[in-house]
Order: sequence, then C-alpha cells, then structure tokens
Amino acid sequence: MNKVIEKTAKMIFLICAITGVLAVVSITVYMFIKGTPALKNVGIAELLFGNVWKPTANPPAYGIAYIILSSIIGTFMAVLIGIPVGLLTAVFLSELAGKKIATIVGGAVELLAAIPSVIYGLIGMMVLNPFLYKLELLVFKNKPEHQFTGGANLLAAIIVLAIMILPTVISISTSSLKLVPGNIKNASFALGATKIQTIFKVIIPAAKSGILTGVVLGIGRALGEAMAINMVAGGSVNVPLPFNSVRFLTTQLVSEMSYSSGVHRQVLFTVGLVLFIFIMIINFILLKMRRRDVMTNA
Amino acid sequence: MRNKKRIIAAVLVASTFAFGLTGCGSSKTETADNNATQTEDDANTETTDEADADTGSDLTGSISLAGSTSMEKLCEAMSESFMNKYEGITVTAEYTGSGAGLESLAAGSIDIGNASRGLKDEEKAQGEVENVVAIDGIAVIADKDNKVVDITSDDLGKIYKGEITNWSDLGGEDQSIVVLGREAGSGTRDAFEELLEIKDQCNYAQELDSTGAVLAKVATTPGAIGYVSLDVVDDTVSEVKLNGVEPSEEKIKAGEYMLSRPFVMATKGEISEQNDLVKTWFDYIKSDEGKEVIKNVGLIIPD
Repeated sequence: MNKVIEKTAKMIFLICAITGVLAVVSITVYMFIKGTPALKNVGIAELLFGNVWKPTANPPAYGIAYIILSSIIGTFMAVLIGIPVGLLTAVFLSELAGKKIATIVGGAVELLAAIPSVIYGLIGMMVLNPFLYKLELLVFKNKPEHQFTGGANLLAAIIVLAIMILPTVISISTSSLKLVPGNIKNASFALGATKIQTIFKVIIPAAKSGILTGVVLGIGRALGEAMAINMVAGGSVNVPLPFNSVRFLTTQLVSEMSYSSGVHRQVLFTVGLVLFIFIMIINFILLKMRRRDVMTNA
Repeated sequence: MRNKKRIIAAVLVASTFAFGLTGCGSSKTETADNNATQTEDDANTETTDEADADTGSDLTGSISLAGSTSMEKLCEAMSESFMNKYEGITVTAEYTGSGAGLESLAAGSIDIGNASRGLKDEEKAQGEVENVVAIDGIAVIADKDNKVVDITSDDLGKIYKGEITNWSDLGGEDQSIVVLGREAGSGTRDAFEELLEIKDQCNYAQELDSTGAVLAKVATTPGAIGYVSLDVVDDTVSEVKLNGVEPSEEKIKAGEYMLSRPFVMATKGEISEQNDLVKTWFDYIKSDEGKEVIKNVGLIIPD
C-alpha cells in the first residue's frame, strides 16, 4: 500500500515538473514555426534591416529595423535611469536607513512591484503625456518640421519603464547587499574608512553579482512590457528619438494582431520571434551569471 | 542517482513528444475546434428552430462570397448569425479585395461579390447589380477647445500627409496639429485613407489600436485631430464639418458627406433572378435580425 502511494506521489510530482518543460518547449517550437515563414517570404535583410513599415501599402514594406531599435534603445535608457536610482535606494535600505524608515521605504517599493502595468500606462497617459507635450512645445517651438506627438513619445516610454523596473532592481540588490558579511565591513571601518567610502569601495563590489542579476532581470522586465508602453509611446513607427512617437516590439504585436492577415500576420509572428530571442538571450546571460556566482561562492 | 537519471530521461522523452505534437498538430487542432463550434452552432439552430418553426430551414446548400477586405467584419458577423438560423446553408467568404471579388462574380465562380465602393460602369455593363447592404461613415474629430469647425477634404488630406502642421493655417489658433489615427490593417483607417485618396501616404503622430483610444486621446490632447466610426462620437470631442457638411446619417444617406462609402453585395442579375439560397440571404440582411447585425458592427442601414 505504502509503495503504491509513494509511486503515485512520485508520478504526480513528475507530471507537475514536466508541465513547465512542456510549455517552454512547445512555445519555443511554435514561435519558430510561426515566425520563420515571413523571413523566407519577405527576406531576412529586408525584414530585419528595412526601415519602412507599410504592411497594407501596395507594394507593402515590412521593415522592422526602427521597431527593434526602439525596443533596444528604450530598454537601455530605462535601465540607465532605473539602475542608479534602484541601487542607491537599495544601499539606503540596507546600510543607511533606520529601522522605521526602512520599513516604510521597503513597503513602498513592494507596493510599486504590485501595481499592474495598465495602471502605470494610465497614469503615464493622463499625467506624463500632457507634461511632455508642454515640454515638446517648448523644445520645438520654432521648428515646424518636427511632427508634434502630443507628448506620446519615446521619452514617456523610458520614464514609465524606468519606474517599472525599480522594484526588481531594488529588491534583488537589497538582499544581496544584506548578504555581505559584517566582518568585511568592520575591517573597512577599522582601517579608517568612512561609511560612504565603505559602501562604494567595499560593500557594492562585494555584492556585485547579485546586483548584476537585478540589472539583468530589470532589462528582461523592460523588454517584455507591452501594456504600459502601448498607452504612452504613441505607436507610430519612427526613428527612436526622445520626442518621436515610437513603436516597440511588444506594442507592434499588441496593436496590429487583431486585423492583420496574410504576410502581414506572418511578419507579426516574426516580430514575436525576435522579441522571444531577445528575452532568451537575457535569460541565458542570467543563467550564466548565476552559475558563476554559485561557483565563486563555493 | 539512478532515479535522477530516470526523471531526466522522462523529461527528455516528454519534450521530444511535445516537439512532435506541436510540429504537425496545429492544423489538426484547428479542425477539432471547428468541429466543436459547428456542433455548438447546430445546437443553437435547433433551439431557434423550435422557437420559430416557420423559418425555411429545409434549404440546403452553400453561398459563396468574395471581395472587399473592409467588409470582413460585416460578412463574418452576418454569416455567423445567418448560419445560426439556417442550419442547412453554409456561407463561405473570402476577402480578396473589391475588384477581385467583382471579377470572380463576372466569371461566375461565386454567388456574391463584395465591394466597399459603388460599381463602375463597366462592371454594371457585365450585368452586375449593385445591392447596397450597409453604409460605412467616418467622423473627423478634434478636441473641444478647437476653433476650427469646418475643413475642406483637400486640407484634411494635407493634414494627414504632414503638409499642414498648424491650426493657424486653417484659421484656428497658433497651435500645432497632433495627427492621430488607427493602426495598419484597421478598416476605419483603410476607408479614411482610401476616400481621401491618401492611401499609405499618411504621417501619423500616434497610431492607436482602438476607436476608444482615438476618442480618449483626441479629447485630452490640445490640437489633436482624429477619425472614428460615426456611431461612437460623443460629446467629449467636437465633430468637424467636412466641406461644410456635418457628419450625420441623413447627410450620408443623401450622399452629401464625403467620408462615407457603400458596402455593396453585388449579384449577377437582379436579386429576384437569383437562386433561393441567395434570395434567403438578402431577405435575412433586410430583416430586423440582419439590421441588428449591421448596427452592431457600427454601420448605417441604407433606406
């Protein structure tokens, strides 16, 4: 009897374990099957490096270069803003803040993580876009050749993304900073270093790999975000300049999937595949880093 | 250790299995889905049949339509509700473009040719009859504070091509124009660009993926201009007259408002000369149920 229970239990565990693997494998296969025909039909170079997106024109143009570029630049800039703010918050939480303040700030950060992306988008649309429109009117006051976007532009997307990746960066950095052994810190103090010197010269370098993990996870989050960007970034395919309305890989899928057909639809699947590959690369880097981390710790 | 190996092996086997399944399974699952919906439809039809026993559901056969891509939404909705009522009749529709649809009709390979424009004289000369089943109307909207209330269609085209960028050029305030529109593939965008003859020359500041989003953005962005289906315009935005004509059902039916187009289901010869299946189809479109479908997809019912 016991043996039977043991065996069934084991089976159930196995089935559960397989579910995840099955999902990943089938999604990967599906994306490649659906995403590759357009590469053949349109041509890899024209698709990936063409910069004209006119899927319904005659003849149609399916260049997604600006879309890929927007995703990369948008994510990169968001990370560039989000990382320093996130890291310094993490240092504050783990090293400088008193217990009371740490609880308040830490709680706020956790709440930030729990806010759904559509809310970020909504606030971006109602608050950020009008504000950026005023800025746009100021910056391009005497430049009629600029196309005014009403504040829905790359800058808006970057700001929203930067805020959205904060919780990821902060929570992972904080926990890795807290793991830095006290004796290293004390050694630094004993040598006469100030607190700030200790933080920048000793603690942050010691927690480096954990912080990097936070950075990579943040990149992944920013790259995969669709809803919020769709609401604030304008959605026209343009060169990714701060005050241009832009389209990301994710929003490309969201906005055109519903009415597309034929090659247009195939190309959208390819866009999905490109995004999928980017995310895979990010995760691969993450995996490598974790492995190295385990090895150096051991 | 041996157990571990076994589990790994099992996972590997399972994943290769999954590989095989997805590899050749996509079309299979689709057929299965179709069957499922079919039986569901059948079930629905039975209940409607019981409700009104006098529907002519003894008709069997199929009706084939082809033509305008813009009419896809209307055709899908209409044929779905039609096939719910007449279980013996299958409606197939292809979306090849207005011209191609009318050519197939002339060649006699289909029953009905869909066109999102009026028929040309040479098409009528081939015996094709223009049956207008619905009218598509588009309203141009601006934000509430905009002083410009009337635009010529020429200027509207120039705004969307990026040749006019300031409202002061049109007699309004010195305010830059924020050009809003729909995403590629949208039927509204298709109609708008086609009617103004600016197809794929437009330079949008924002491409939004729903009618609601266009309404909301126009309402909240000073200097914005946008276009939406006629039936959704509300008082958060101001409607712009085109060539002095306000967008309204009456003006569209009178043929005075230019941002509208007929949805034609052309037949070879008059409807009365068609077979019973096609007659039933047109009777259904003109019935209250058919009108309901037309209204639901945001179109105007012709007189």
